[in-house]
Amino acid sequence: MSQTVTLTIDGAKIEGQPGQMILGAAQEAGIYIPRLCHKDGLTPHGSCRVCTVMVNGRPMSACTTPITEGMVVENDTEQISSLRRDLIDMLFVEGNHFCMFCERSGNCELQALAYRFGITAPKYPYMFPDRDVDATHPDIMIDRHRCILCGRCVRSSQEVDGKNVFQFVGRGEEKRVAVNAEAALADTNVDVTDAAIEACPVGAIIKKRVGYVVPIGKRLYDHKPIGSEIEADGAVTAK
Amino acid sequence: MSEALVTAVKDICQAHECDRTRMMDVVQAVNDKYGYVSSEAMDLIAEQLSTHRVEVESVVSFYAFLSSKPKGKVVIRLCNDVIDRLQGADRVGQAFVEELGINFGETTPDGQLTLETTPCIGQSDQAPAVAINDVIIPNVSSDKAREIVRELRQHMDPARLVKQHGDGNNAHPLVGSMVHNNIRKRGDLLFTPINRGEAVRKALAMSPVEVIRAVKTARLRGRGGAGFPAGMKWEFTRGAPGDRKFVLCNADEGEPGTFKDRVLLTELPDRVFAGITIAGYAIGAEEGIVYLRSEYRYLIAFLESVLEQRRKDGLLGRNILGKEGFNFDIRIQMGAGAYICGEETALISSCEGLRGDPKNRPPFPAQKGYLDCPSVVNNVETLCCVTKILELGPASFNEFGSDRSSGTKLLSISGDCKQPGVYEMPLGVTLREVLEQCGGADAAAVQVGGASGQMVGPKDYDRKICFDDLATGGALMVFGPDRNILKVAHAFMEFFVEESCGYCTPCRVGNRLLMDRLEKIMAGLAEPADLDYLKELGQTVKTCSRCGLGQTSPNPILTTLENFRPVYEAMVKEETQGFQATFDLAQAVAEAEKIAGRTSVHAHA
Repeated sequence: MSQTVTLTIDGAKIEGQPGQMILGAAQEAGIYIPRLCHKDGLTPHGSCRVCTVMVNGRPMSACTTPITEGMVVENDTEQISSLRRDLIDMLFVEGNHFCMFCERSGNCELQALAYRFGITAPKYPYMFPDRDVDATHPDIMIDRHRCILCGRCVRSSQEVDGKNVFQFVGRGEEKRVAVNAEAALADTNVDVTDAAIEACPVGAIIKKRVGYVVPIGKRLYDHKPIGSEIEADGAVTAK
Repeated sequence: MSEALVTAVKDICQAHECDRTRMMDVVQAVNDKYGYVSSEAMDLIAEQLSTHRVEVESVVSFYAFLSSKPKGKVVIRLCNDVIDRLQGADRVGQAFVEELGINFGETTPDGQLTLETTPCIGQSDQAPAVAINDVIIPNVSSDKAREIVRELRQHMDPARLVKQHGDGNNAHPLVGSMVHNNIRKRGDLLFTPINRGEAVRKALAMSPVEVIRAVKTARLRGRGGAGFPAGMKWEFTRGAPGDRKFVLCNADEGEPGTFKDRVLLTELPDRVFAGITIAGYAIGAEEGIVYLRSEYRYLIAFLESVLEQRRKDGLLGRNILGKEGFNFDIRIQMGAGAYICGEETALISSCEGLRGDPKNRPPFPAQKGYLDCPSVVNNVETLCCVTKILELGPASFNEFGSDRSSGTKLLSISGDCKQPGVYEMPLGVTLREVLEQCGGADAAAVQVGGASGQMVGPKDYDRKICFDDLATGGALMVFGPDRNILKVAHAFMEFFVEESCGYCTPCRVGNRLLMDRLEKIMAGLAEPADLDYLKELGQTVKTCSRCGLGQTSPNPILTTLENFRPVYEAMVKEETQGFQATFDLAQAVAEAEKIAGRTSVHAHA
C-alpha cells in the first residue's frame, strides 16, 4: 500500500503509513512521545501508559493505537505531562530505585524520563516492597527491586531470541517477572548475548563484570535528555 | 516424579486434545484432582501442551481458585464482600478461625481443611455466604460456622452440608443447592414462562440481517453495565472478515453486589441459550461459549443437562430446527476466580487459556476476538432480552422502559433493606421507587452499579435508572444511616487492589496509593490537602488505565468525596501556623531514639 494517512499531533500535520501506530508515526516525523514499555521492533504492550495521548479528546496509549485519517492527537500539553509525571512517580515508588547506587544510572530510561519531566523526588510515598534478587546465572543478574514490569524482556526473549526465558506470573501487586525454570535464571537457556538482556530499560536485568565500563558522565542520557535523539532529527528511522 | 501423576496429567491433557488454548480446563482438572498444581505437574502440562513451564505457572498464579501450593481437601471460602461484612461476616470468620484453630490463608495441620476469604460470590441477598469447595452455604451465622466445621471433620463431604434446598431450580436434583432465588418482583418481560424453541424458530424464519435489524429496532443495549447497543455490535461482527466467528456469553458475574445472572441461569437457562443461538445465527457463528464464574460451578451439571436436552430437541447441533446449513453448539468454559475476567477482552484471554489480562483495543473483539476471530461478547441478561425480542417482536419490547432505554432491567438489591433480592423493573424507574419497593426507603446512601459504580445520597434518589442517567449493570447496595461510608469505600478499594490484573501502571499502583491515603484519612491523620490528592490521583488512574477496571476503580472514593464530602471533612485537621497538625514528631523519631538509646528533648516537649 502506498497511500498515506494524515493526522495532526499538537497541531502539526504529519503523515504515516496505514497500520502504523501513533507512536511510530510521530517518531518518524521527529516527534517524541515518551514511552517505557515500548521498544521498536517488539509487539506493542500498552502497559506503562507513559505514552498516553489524547486522541480526538480521548486518552489512548500511542504505542497501541493505529493512526487513522484526520486523527487529532495531543501529546505535549500540560494536562498530559501531568499525567505522565504521575505515572513515572508511580513506577518509582512501586519499586526500590536507588539511582545513586545503580549501575544503570545514566543509561536508565526511567531515570531519564524523570529528569525530562523535572521530577526530582516522587510525590507519592515510597512503598518499599520486599522483592528478590536472582544472581544464580554466571553472566546475568536479575534485581527485581528495580523491575517496572514493562515486559520488554518477556517479548524480546519470545520474539527476537526465539526463546521463552521470561514471563509474568502473579496478579496485581503480586505480579512479577519469572523465569522458565523451577528455581532460577541459571536453570534456563538464557544467554548473555540475548536481546532480552539488552531490552531492560532499567537496572533490573544487568550483565555481570561490565559495570561502569562506561563511566558516569559519559552515559546515554548524561548530557542530552531522553527523546532528543528523535527530536533532533526528523528522519530518524522507526519501526 | 510419581508414575500416577504422569499418567493423570497425560490423561487430562489428552482429554483436551493437548490443545494449548484449553489450558484453563487442564490446570483446573489438575487442581481439582490434587488440590493444587505442583511444580512437577507444571512441567508435565507444559510438555503435553507443547508450551513452556513458565507459561503454565503464569496462568496458575493468576487465578485465585488455582494454587501452586498444597491446600486442604476442602477449602472454605468466606465471602468478604462489603455487604457480607455488614451482615456479620467478620463474626462468622472469627468462628471459623476458632473452630478450625487456624487463620485465614492457612490449612489445618492434618492437611484437611483450608480457610480463605474470597470477594463477592454472588449471594449478597443471602449474606453472609460461604463457598465450601463448590457448595454454597448462604445465611451463615457464627453457630452455623462452628457446626459446619464439626460436621466436615466427620465426613469431609461438602455436599452433605446441604440441608434444605432453595426455591425453584435450586431444588433440581442436578443443582441441589441451599441458594435462594429471591425473585421479589417479576416484570412482564424476562421473568415470564418460556415456550422453548419459539424464539429460535422465529429467528430462523428471518434472515440474519433481519434478526440484527430486529435487535436494533428494539434498541437493545448491553445489560452488563457498559450499555453498548447490541445490534451494532452484532452488525460489526457479522461484517468483519473471517470464516470462523464466536458468540461469548459473559456469565462471569463478578461485580460485587450483582447476582441477577445467577438467577437467570438457574431459572431461565433456555432463554439464555436461545439468545446465544440467535446471536450465532445473526453473526454467522457456529460456536458459542458461556464463560461461567467459578463461584457458580454448582450450576454446571444442570446447565450441561439443559444443553444436552436442547441438542436432543434439535435446538443445538447440525441443521438446527431443520434449517439447512445452520449448525451451532455451545460449550461452558469455567473461570477460576478473577474479577477482571468479566471485562470482555480479559474473558477472551481466559477462554484462550491465558492469564486473564485484558487485550489492547483496537482491534475490538468484533474484528479480532476469541482465537483472533470476530467475536461477540454479550451479558447473560442481554441475551435473555434477545430471546424476548424474538418472542414478542421489537415493538412490544420497546413498550417497556423509557424513551431512550427500552426494556426492563434486573436489579440485584442487597444491604440495608427489608427485602433483598432480584427485581425486574422497567428502565427509567427512579431510585426512590426502587428503594420503596425493597424496603430501603430510609437509606442514607446507595451504591449504584457495584463496586465500580457510584455512591449516591438522598438528593439523587429521584434520578432514573437508565442508560442516560444512573446507568448500571444492576447492583444496588443499600446502606442505612448507621453505616460508615468511608469503611464502605475502603472495602471497595481493597477489592480493586486485590483484583487488578497488574498489567498497567495506574491501576496496579494507583489503586494501592488511593487506598493507603484513604486509610490515613480514616485514622484521623489527614489534612485538607489529602482530599485534593485523592481527587487528582483518582483522576489519573481513571484517565490512564488500560481497561474498564482501572477506569472505574477510583469511583468509590471519587463519588463519596463528591456526594458525602462532610464525612471526609470531619476526619481531616487543618494546618496550624504552618505546621502539619497530623505530624507526630515523637513517633517519627521513635526508632532513631531506640537505636541511639536516648530520648529527644524536642520531640517530647
